[in-house]
Amino acid sequence: MHNDVRIDDPTAEHFEAAPATGTDADAGDPVLELDGVGKRYGPETAVSELDLTVRDGELLTLLGPSGCGKTTTLRMIAGLEDPSEGTVTVADETVAGDGAIVPPEERDVGMVFQEFALFPHLTVAENVAFGLDDPDSEAAEERVAELLDLVGLGEYGDRTPGDLSGGQRQRVALARSLAPEPDVLLLDEPFSNLDVRLRVAMREEVRRILDEAGVTAVSVTHDQEEALSISDRVAVMHDGHVEQVGSPAEVFEHPESRFVASFLGQASFLPAAVGEASVETIIGSYDRDLLEGITEEYTGADVDVLVRPDDLRATPANETEADGHVVRRQYTGPSFVYHVELADGTVVRCLHNHAEDFDVGEPVGVTLVADHTLAWYPAER
Amino acid sequence: MAAGSDSAATARDRVRGIVRDDDGPSVALVLLAGAVAAAVLTPLLWLLLRASTIEPSEALSLLTSPTATEVLANSLGLVALVTAASVALGVPLAVLTVQTDLPFRRFWTVVVALPLVVPSYIGAFAYVSAFGPNGALADLLAPLGIPVPTVYGLGGTALVLTLFVYPYVFLTTRASLLSFDESQLEAARTLNHGYRSAFRRVILPQIAPGVTAGALLVALYTLSDFGTPAIMRFDVFTRVIYVELNSFGIGRANATLFSLELLAVTAVILALESRVGGDGGSGYGAPASANAVVPLGRYRWVAAALPALVATFTLALPVGVLAMWLVRSGPGYAGGGLAFQPEFAFNSVYVAALAALATVLFALPVAYYAGRSNGWLARATERATYLGYAMPGVVLGLALVFFGIHYAPAVYQTLPLLVFAYVVRFLPQAVGSTRSSVLGVDPELIGAARVLGAPPRRAFRRVTLPLIAPGLLAGAALVFLTTMKELDTTLILHPTGFTTLVTYIWRVQEAGYYGRAALPALVLVLVSGLSMIPLLRQQGDDA
Repeated sequence: MHNDVRIDDPTAEHFEAAPATGTDADAGDPVLELDGVGKRYGPETAVSELDLTVRDGELLTLLGPSGCGKTTTLRMIAGLEDPSEGTVTVADETVAGDGAIVPPEERDVGMVFQEFALFPHLTVAENVAFGLDDPDSEAAEERVAELLDLVGLGEYGDRTPGDLSGGQRQRVALARSLAPEPDVLLLDEPFSNLDVRLRVAMREEVRRILDEAGVTAVSVTHDQEEALSISDRVAVMHDGHVEQVGSPAEVFEHPESRFVASFLGQASFLPAAVGEASVETIIGSYDRDLLEGITEEYTGADVDVLVRPDDLRATPANETEADGHVVRRQYTGPSFVYHVELADGTVVRCLHNHAEDFDVGEPVGVTLVADHTLAWYPAER
Repeated sequence: MAAGSDSAATARDRVRGIVRDDDGPSVALVLLAGAVAAAVLTPLLWLLLRASTIEPSEALSLLTSPTATEVLANSLGLVALVTAASVALGVPLAVLTVQTDLPFRRFWTVVVALPLVVPSYIGAFAYVSAFGPNGALADLLAPLGIPVPTVYGLGGTALVLTLFVYPYVFLTTRASLLSFDESQLEAARTLNHGYRSAFRRVILPQIAPGVTAGALLVALYTLSDFGTPAIMRFDVFTRVIYVELNSFGIGRANATLFSLELLAVTAVILALESRVGGDGGSGYGAPASANAVVPLGRYRWVAAALPALVATFTLALPVGVLAMWLVRSGPGYAGGGLAFQPEFAFNSVYVAALAALATVLFALPVAYYAGRSNGWLARATERATYLGYAMPGVVLGLALVFFGIHYAPAVYQTLPLLVFAYVVRFLPQAVGSTRSSVLGVDPELIGAARVLGAPPRRAFRRVTLPLIAPGLLAGAALVFLTTMKELDTTLILHPTGFTTLVTYIWRVQEAGYYGRAALPALVLVLVSGLSMIPLLRQQGDDA
């Protein structure tokens, strides 16, 4: 239902990314558009030249490390910060830019705050009714009941926020922000205040609620697993700008920049030389087509190939035929990740189930087992 | 948090176990603390004893007389007016200095809290000497044909009191606003409420306990203040009690009845507050976020006019008037036995030092007991010492006058009785600061000293006392400074011929020699300013 995936990033150059799933016919109209948005605090630039389009009914996640400008972006959409430049358009209305600044209360934008920001002096029902035009009317009462049912808190209307658990507070915060039927719902690190076990369950739950409400949403997180698992599209941010936008599968499998590659998953970079028909690496020679969208002008160039643990396997080898040595074994529960230092000093990671067992210091061979093309970047050496 | 206090409690239990094991000091401490509480409560006893000698029918006719009704109405009217005006002034100032981008916010925060350092009777004196008959500014304005409305009566009294007590509301409101979680304001705005609506529906309900606490302080202060209405000639309880006290015969019966009525009104206000104040326990642990400043836009500089105006009337004007009199008064006024003598200042310091010492000695057992025990007896003992806060100075003075005349003529109009009055009045200050320093001493330390072989008394002397010394000193300093400026009890109980700064100011202002009072009044403003430092610093830290 929400698999309409688009690439808006015009910087997508060196590979042809076909939409993995869905068709353009599914894509809704743009509900939220950011055009050249920037934010400076004195000499500090928090966000610069940011373009983003969010379409009707989709959930787009801004993903990035802390300080990358994702929360500032969210607050500019909400109207809690004014952009220094650029325009923000919500449902075809320019709410910031071109001389217009629409205050938050007049944008149809809802927000779920990191600490939830529930009103402690009001009951759960009063909190949910807070944003409605006539909170005492019968219609408002019905709307509140409907939303409390949606979030599974039908019986909790008379409680106060202080009586609720973290997950319940989050549900109330969601219901409250959805009640006025916002054009866009913003979620600021919505799961960061929950403990780990609850976090995973709430992710699915929130996704269900958003789907049922049919709302267009933008969320912000630094947790890649969260971003990849619930979003229709992910925008990876770095240093105040968007590095890549795409479906979770696209950004994970075909990161367009080293930053995106290294931020997602346990990335290693394998040095390689591009030949006429093959690509030569320290662990062996492979077909040149293995490299995603490689072009003629790179023939003879040095590149770095992105390899993740599931792309590589270690094999038993004696000292002479080995590619490298195990320098660390990382036990993750269901599997092992072996860190292997290759002859040239590069460290790569190999994912294994419990069947194979290597000790630290043991010589191993390393084999590429990826069944998909690999992303690559011009060598930095 | 809960775990912390739990473990502190068990640690305390354990140590108390040790102390109780060998008995003595614990019992002695309880007796001592109880004796202090009893002594402090005696003035109430004298008052009731005296009241019991009045015929009920006589009492009823007195209390229902037109005069009594008028006094009650005046007092309640004044309290209502001053409280309402203080809220109307204090809350907007707090919002301006906490939540907006007012220019020079920090500066204004200090400035609008500062009027608290001017004792209200000095403020009243300054206003009367400026705008009253023959006042400094009235003399200037009259030839220009600008009519000066009378400063006397309800209007003037309410104005002056408001100007010097509204900071209570300002400070408590400010504290509430500082602990308010600003993301709630943002949440309200994303839920389609503008700032005004959000203030009314989200902020106001949550700062209400703070505003109420400040309003209560203002109401109690107004009810018990004697100097301002006396100088501004407005008949409220305190002024009438003082006047009747100085007339003999039936007057003293009146004073007694009025005192009881005043205490009853005080009790009603306290009860109202405890009902309205509620728990005040807002929030569920969401931290107060960095202040999201509300931009005032083009009203930024206009808004600064409010604190500037307030500062003009509360600080610049009184100090300016006093300074003006200081310059004006030549040596020509020296006659009439009203010349200022340095001895008066010495007397003030002397009696204040005695009061500070005595108060700390009284406070120590009570504070130590309350800090080391959670029992009802400890709490009751501590509460009893707070009577001084609730009992207006004139009522306390009256009670001790009865005590002196009827039971102890030997101490009547002597320093010991005056010092005792100060002790009753200011004990809460010393108990408060001492108790918090006692609580700051880890009970394990005493346990450690005991295990190391020190008997209880030595452990107290060598470990506890040095650790709580700063709290004791702070309490003593506070009592010293507040005694210096105390008007009511000093006026009623000072020994004949013993003149302090305060009684001197009172005498010369009654006689209309405004110029003579300027210097001691400025000195008292300074002293009072010093006594406010702890309070202001406590508030300022949050900024």
